[in-house]
Parts: sequence; structure tokens; C-alpha cells
Amino acid sequence: MSDTAIPPEVAADLEREQPPSGPRRMVLNMGPQHPSTHGVLRLLLELDGETVVKCAPDIGFLHTGIEKEFEVKNYQQAVTLTDRVDYLAPMSNNLGWSLAVEKLLGLEIPPKAQWMRVMLVELTRLNSHLVWLATHALDIGAMSVFLYCFREREEILKLFEMFSGQRMMTSYIRIGGLALEPPRGWYRRVKKFMDVFPSRIDEYENLLTNNPIWIGRTRGVGKISLEDMLDLGVTGPMLRAAGLKIDARKDEPYSSYEKFDFEVPTRTENDVYARYQVRLDEMRQSSRIVRQAMDGMPEGPWKAADQHVVLPDREKMKTQMEALIYHFKIVTEGFRVPEGEVYQVIESPRGELAYYVVGDGTSMPYRVHMRTPSFGNLQATPEMVEGSLIADLIASIGSMDFVLGDTDR
Amino acid sequence: MLPDNLRDRAAAAAVEVFDSDAVMGGKFDRGELTLEIAPAKIASVCGFLKYDRQFVRISSVTAVDRYPREPRFEIVYHLHSVEHNQRIRLKCRLAGDAPRIESVTGVWRGANWYEREVFDLFGIQFTGHPDLRRIMMPDDWEGYPLRKDYPVTGSRV
Repeated sequence: MSDTAIPPEVAADLEREQPPSGPRRMVLNMGPQHPSTHGVLRLLLELDGETVVKCAPDIGFLHTGIEKEFEVKNYQQAVTLTDRVDYLAPMSNNLGWSLAVEKLLGLEIPPKAQWMRVMLVELTRLNSHLVWLATHALDIGAMSVFLYCFREREEILKLFEMFSGQRMMTSYIRIGGLALEPPRGWYRRVKKFMDVFPSRIDEYENLLTNNPIWIGRTRGVGKISLEDMLDLGVTGPMLRAAGLKIDARKDEPYSSYEKFDFEVPTRTENDVYARYQVRLDEMRQSSRIVRQAMDGMPEGPWKAADQHVVLPDREKMKTQMEALIYHFKIVTEGFRVPEGEVYQVIESPRGELAYYVVGDGTSMPYRVHMRTPSFGNLQATPEMVEGSLIADLIASIGSMDFVLGDTDR
Repeated sequence: MLPDNLRDRAAAAAVEVFDSDAVMGGKFDRGELTLEIAPAKIASVCGFLKYDRQFVRISSVTAVDRYPREPRFEIVYHLHSVEHNQRIRLKCRLAGDAPRIESVTGVWRGANWYEREVFDLFGIQFTGHPDLRRIMMPDDWEGYPLRKDYPVTGSRV
């Protein structure tokens, strides 16, 4: 558009705001409906030409008061809330919540349930990383990667649907174990998928890793020092791409992770490209874990033996009075959780996910706080993008892999 | 006063040596260490833990409303030492009337949004915070939703 197209009154306004002698800066409102902000993130940018001088993230558009809602649900009902926090990694949240409550209860989970949980959480990680790769590549301009990633993601969602009846909000990991045993034929289907999946990762690599455009858009972009990241609360793959070997699955193992053989991939370049490499390597490690879990699945029950917490088998209810009474008690009033507080940390696909649960002896939690990885990661946005070009900002925030549901809760 | 059973916990003992007035109590429960800190001392204790005990990360800041009990609010800090693979929980109790506590943003910049969230949802003032605005709720919102005397459901319009 030429200068003559600006109406005179707008030109006068511009003139008043920016004296011609000083630097000409523009304030750009990016989001909350911008496609590359993946949800409803609003970034207020102050631009000098194409350079971002100042960036102020504005969140809260997706705030749904889930933490308040927890206080009026009983512990088992609240599992359904955890799905909706991070909708790309529902089962990681199921697991974090269940582990926290089980820690309060002092509940022992049988090995089969633990291994199943590990397997499901790793499938969730694959699912989440696939969506990340698809949308991140799409933002930068590689359209076809999106289609390939969603092909595999669809297969994972079908696996989820097969055992839980739901594609995304599975609520499958429950306090005390799992909701049900997976149906017949499920393991075979997982095996079939895992047989081809590693070659699919190679396919993505063929499309991107040596692609000069991809390298040009990502290498050396989005740098931020490790000290700054630790100070600002960044966790997960971003720290690992800066060379810090930190992973709750190794450092504070939960749900039998210490019995699995896997590596924590790291890079030292600390740019968007390194984060891409770390996440691709993580997908390879996750497939390894799923395979190990499948091959070494222990025999035994898939839920804990505590009749005060776990619903009795259907068959028992038909023959035993006691089982029927427990069923009635658990369904109508839930189970009581002793007084106390726990902080359960797990490694979600995005980083450190922690559930802070305060129990008061009743069947409903007194207070629940979710320390979500996206919230901490987003806080580093200004540090990361100030001084860079606006086109690089898209690549930088894509490499953070945040989910706004996870940020705003 | 640090309870005797916590004396062999290195981090707890170090805080006690650093400032014995700051420690009001503590417990070791379910594998997690909690120290209760005098609210006026929180920033100095946090600074000590970060620079002398390598708690380089603040994992989260949150609050618990004990309404109608007094002191009403508990401010809860979860710190993480990457080097020692260790976590610690600090807790400050504040009275319900005009709750106010020193900000720890001077120690970890990452505390910024967490404190804003606690301010937004519990109405606790953090003195020395660089940008204390609502973060989740709209700017003109009235009341503090996570307080226990705030209703879960609203009236139908």
C-alpha cells in the first residue's frame, strides 16, 4: 500500500504518537486468534522494523477454574478434570494426579498396572510430540510434515479409543490402577504400530533434518542461556537441548521407570534446531520404552487390592454382599484420603508436571495446584524473542511446545 | 524452632544455622521436606537456599486458604536443586486480614507469574513485585476465586 492510501486523520494520529525525530516503533497485537500461537496466547509486540524490541505475553483466555473445581469433586471424579488440563497429554495428567493421591493414601500399585501406565504415558508422549512436530513444521512452512505426523497420530488415537472408548479425554489411568483391562487384540495392534513407527521417524527426518530451508529457519534461532531458563522456570526438552540432562523419569523415578532401559537425549546448541533433534530422539526412546513394556509385561492384577479405594469386580458384586456394599460406598461417597500434602512430579512431554494435593481427611481434596510445564516455559518468551526478527519469533515460540489449556488451567 | 527429627536433613539444618529465628517449624512426611518460615524472612531464606544450597529453580508458588481458621493463608514455595536432585517446600502462614508478603522475584525471576497467579486468585499482596497484575482473570474482576468463601457456582442470569 502506498503512503497516499492512509487517510489524513490516521496519518495525523500516527504523527502525534510518533514524533518523526525519534525511532519509529509499532505495537503489534499478535493473537489471541493468531494461528501460530496454538490456542489463545496473546503477544503484545513492540517492533522496530521487523525486529521485536519488546514482547509481553498475555495469558488467561482459557482459564476455566479447574483448580477450584477439584475442591468439589471427589478424588476419583477429579480424574476427568486432569484430562482437560493438557489436552495433548491427557494420560500424563491422569498419571500425575493418580500418583499424588496414591502417595497420600499410601497405596501400593501392582506391577502390571505400573507397566501399563508407563506404556500408555509413552504413547501419549509420542502423540504429543507428533502434534508438536506437525504444527511446528507447519508454522515454519513445511506443510507435508503435518500430514505425515497426523497419519501416525491418528493410529495412536485409535489405540486410545480401543481401550477407553475415547480418543482424547481417556481418563483411563485411575487412582488405584487402570479403569479396565485393555481389550483383546490391543497388544497386537500396538505391536503392529510400533513395528513401523521407528521408520516413520526416519521419514520425518528425511523431510526436515537436512532440509536447507528448515536449517536456515531453525539453526541459531531462539537462543536463551541455560541460567536464564533455570531462573525463569523453563523445564523439559528446552533444558535438554541446552545440554542439561534433567528428566524426572531418571532423577525421581515413578511408576517403575527405573526398571526401563532408555537414554535421556541432550544437545548443546540450545536453538530451535536442537530442540527439534531432542524431541525426535525422545520419540525414538519412547518407542523403545513402549516395546520393553510390551515384551516384559508382568502377570498379575491390574488394580490395587485395597477394597476401600478400588471398585470390586463385577462378578464378585453378584455373589458377595460385602463387595456390593463397598461398591455402593465408593460410588456414592468416594473414599477418604488422610490429611497431608504431597508434591508429585512427573515428566510430561512438555517438562516438569507436578500435582500439589492437600488432603483433609474427607473424600474431596482440600486444595489442588497443578504446576504445569507450559506456564513455566511461556514465562521465558520475552527473554527468548526480544531482539530477534518477527519471523523467528514464530519458530521460537513453536519450539517451546506449549498448550494453552495447560498454561491457563 | 527446627524439630529435632529434622536436624539430620542437611538443607533444614543449614537454614537453621543461617537464621534460627526464620524457622518456625517443619516436618518430613511421605518423603517430602517442609520448612515453615517466618513470613518476614522469606526472601532472605530463599536467597540463602538459592546461592548457598544450589536451589537454582523455583518449581512453583501457590497458596492454601484455611478459612475460617487463623492464620488463614499458607503460601507454599516448592524449590528444586538440580545439582543435588533435591526438593524442599517452604511454607509461610499469613493472617486473613490484608495478607501481604515479600516477593521472591528478586531471587528467581521465574516467581513472577506464580506470584501474580496467587495475587489474582487469592488476593495476596507481594511487596516488591515488579508487575503485580491479574494474570488469569479479567483486569476488572471482583473477588478472588480460589478463596474458600468464594462460591463455586454463580447465580443464573
